Amino acid sequence: MNFRKYLVLLSVVLFSSTGDVMLARGMKQIGEIHLTNLGSVFSALGNFWVLLGVCFLFIFFASYLTALSWADLTFVLPATAFSYVMMAFLARSLLHERVSVQRWCGIMLIVAGVGFVAGGPSHTEQAAKAAPPAPELADPEFVKAPK
Amino acid sequence: MKTLYTWSAIALVVTASTAGDILLAKAMREIGDLGLLRQNKGIFAVAARVLGSATFLLALFFMTLAFFSLLIGLSWADVSLVAPAAASLTFVTNAVAAKIFLKENVDRRRWLAAIFVAAGVLLIAH
Repeated sequence: MNFRKYLVLLSVVLFSSTGDVMLARGMKQIGEIHLTNLGSVFSALGNFWVLLGVCFLFIFFASYLTALSWADLTFVLPATAFSYVMMAFLARSLLHERVSVQRWCGIMLIVAGVGFVAGGPSHTEQAAKAAPPAPELADPEFVKAPK
Repeated sequence: MKTLYTWSAIALVVTASTAGDILLAKAMREIGDLGLLRQNKGIFAVAARVLGSATFLLALFFMTLAFFSLLIGLSWADVSLVAPAAASLTFVTNAVAAKIFLKENVDRRRWLAAIFVAAGVLLIAH
């Protein structure tokens, strides 16, 4: 894990939470969509906040794909679950939603979960101490020497 | 009967999104470090490689399936049940599936993380 990789994880957290909050804001302006009129969901695409939210979620998806290209799924998913916490803070400050005691407990559990994986290795090859990678794989210049 | 319908929809969402996540992770592992690829060949090469991957397209199919199952589930039950139940169960099934299909090293630390986050999501969304 280097600085660039932490930036990618940060971008996953930031863009997924802000994107979702923008979608929520836009959908609140539009109002309820009834099951009898599901087609009206497409008119939501004309809303400024919904469009901006979609752009942010696109950046989120690109960052998520980048993270998966060098880290394990079981590392990326909990590590980026911090976005749920961000979302609760944003919903409270920007959308004026009430955050209950139960939600704060949930937030603390997520923070603990993020702490668990963040302290560990991000990739399986580095984690397997018992079986270090074959020298051929670790070093492209490696030439098998006779024993 | 409605409870059965609701939980079948949740099970379908969980299965489809787990399959989507696992396939997405597999596709990205096959392609390799996207940051390096972009530095060497440019952003369009990255887009072409990702969109040209059959595994990636299959992952998209399962994610779409998960999305529409979620919509159907929402028409049968409250969002405060369906969305958190599906999201938090997916954290746990992903850990199991990643261990089996991706051969990821899911140690005690990662199990705890998946369970803590799943419990947290369940509490947050209620």
